[in-house]
Amino acid sequence: MNTSTTWSEYIITRLIKVTGYSAILFVVIIFYFLLNEGLPALGEVPINKLLSTRWYPIENYFGILPLIGGSIIVTLGAALFAMPIGLGTAIFIAEIAPRWAREILKPLVEVLGGLPSVVLGFLGILILSPDLRRLLNLPTGLTAFTGSLLLGGIALPTIVSVAEDALDAVPRSYRDAALALGATEWQTIWRVTLPAARSGVLTAFMLGIGRAIGETMTVMMVTGNAPVMPTGISAFFSPVRTMTATIAAEMGEVANGSVHYHVLFLIGITLFLISLAINITASTVVFRQRKRQERILS
Amino acid sequence: MSGIMNRKLAIKLKAIPLSPSRHLVQRMGFSLLTLVAMITVVPIILVVLYIIYQGWPAISWTFITGLPKDGMRAGGILPAIIGTFYLTLGTAIFSVPIGLGAAIYLSEYAPENRWTRMIRIAIINLAGIPSVVYGLFGLGIFVLFLHFGTSILSASLTLSIMTLPVIISTAEEALRAVPQSFRVVSISLGGTRWQTIWRIVLPQSLPGILTGIILGLERAAGETAPILFTGAAFFLPRLPNSPLDATMALPYHLFVISTQVPGMPVKIQYGTALVLLVFVLSMNTIATIIRSRARAHRQW
Repeated sequence: MNTSTTWSEYIITRLIKVTGYSAILFVVIIFYFLLNEGLPALGEVPINKLLSTRWYPIENYFGILPLIGGSIIVTLGAALFAMPIGLGTAIFIAEIAPRWAREILKPLVEVLGGLPSVVLGFLGILILSPDLRRLLNLPTGLTAFTGSLLLGGIALPTIVSVAEDALDAVPRSYRDAALALGATEWQTIWRVTLPAARSGVLTAFMLGIGRAIGETMTVMMVTGNAPVMPTGISAFFSPVRTMTATIAAEMGEVANGSVHYHVLFLIGITLFLISLAINITASTVVFRQRKRQERILS
Repeated sequence: MSGIMNRKLAIKLKAIPLSPSRHLVQRMGFSLLTLVAMITVVPIILVVLYIIYQGWPAISWTFITGLPKDGMRAGGILPAIIGTFYLTLGTAIFSVPIGLGAAIYLSEYAPENRWTRMIRIAIINLAGIPSVVYGLFGLGIFVLFLHFGTSILSASLTLSIMTLPVIISTAEEALRAVPQSFRVVSISLGGTRWQTIWRIVLPQSLPGILTGIILGLERAAGETAPILFTGAAFFLPRLPNSPLDATMALPYHLFVISTQVPGMPVKIQYGTALVLLVFVLSMNTIATIIRSRARAHRQW
């Protein structure tokens, strides 16, 4: 071994270390740039105006509550569809399906994860919303409900794959013990496997919801884009507008540095913080679970 | 196994009723879960088949290689196809070296300490940031602060950072799957740490890494929100000729022609959706093939 290898090795090791830390750097600069462009909004628009229910930027009404409400109602609807169906599919793939079926199902769920959200939005406009309008006898098919259905589809692959991993990680011996005591496979799934994978399933739900709340194109295309404060069940079947759709729809038309521009970045900060909270919670659950598993298996 | 866990398990098991009807319950439950899995999977197949069925008549040589005409209502979508190709390539140029480096660091060098945990949390967070927020960030830093303008460069850089977490986590998993004994043998024969990584670990984990890269780029190719304000052009009837040009892109084009242009022929919309779908799904298929072949040929 000569000095030149040691030198190049030293440089390569340094470079690799730098790339290793790049993820932290990126999170920090993303947050910095959002704050930089978004915080001025707090000085330009009084906080009680921001927390009002009227969003009409052309006349300087910047109430973001209807947008937050829109995001919540669409995401809630998506979660109601995607959580039970996603968990059921994960259980089917991990516990019931024969090997060949698993080999077909898993790539298919991955295909759903890879479908561009504009394609889903496009089909939502052309097929789903006219059908829903006729079926439910609504004035328009572009509603929170339509968005929820499609968003559920977008959250599904995340929920299925994370929950399936969690079920897969439950030690074989747990199931064997239950089966040996005379429980059926069905009872084993519900009383042993699923409780043991509980925290992983929870993580799956959280990540799925995080995916749904951040989705932009599909909701922008199918929810009708009316910034109306959603109240009650009927809001489910009327047009709404989410935070993400607002940014995407309006950012292209605002002057850089205007109040409207700053408020849109402020909405971006809100979204960033929501995803940060969801992901940090989810990752601490994962870390705790891993630790517990190590303790049990050692 | 810890005693507490055992006791918990025992209590749960004692509570399980052993009535004869439990097999009936199981049969009903299994059918229900099969139905649920079908609810997930069947629409996926239907969506893909339907787009192929509707989009196929629009596909022609002029559609693939022509420029858009008559306010995008006729002609081809070549600028959008080329644009998406450039954006994917640009994303690969930035995200592959950084992502691979980070994966090597995490799998081969990183000590198990507070900092490494912070890196992992940062990666998870990058993965969770909404795509439109990436768009805002790209607008703030690349378009305005660094003066790259609305360009392929700005859009590629934005997409790269979004793609990083996918590449890092899959590549790290592939690197970790290489048995420790391979490294031990190389080091004991006098190889340095980097030689071991470059000549032994990387070649062994290449299929897994490639799969991760392709899946990451697939996501980047299909995204619209991050390029909305960083590089996408509404209508540009020519090909971009520098990285500082804005460009049309397939997903954005599909968005434009299905919401912004009145009187758009449905045939062209479905044709564009089909081309986008083929672009994305062929990447997906290549990744699946690489993975299953590697699994079959693995030496350990």
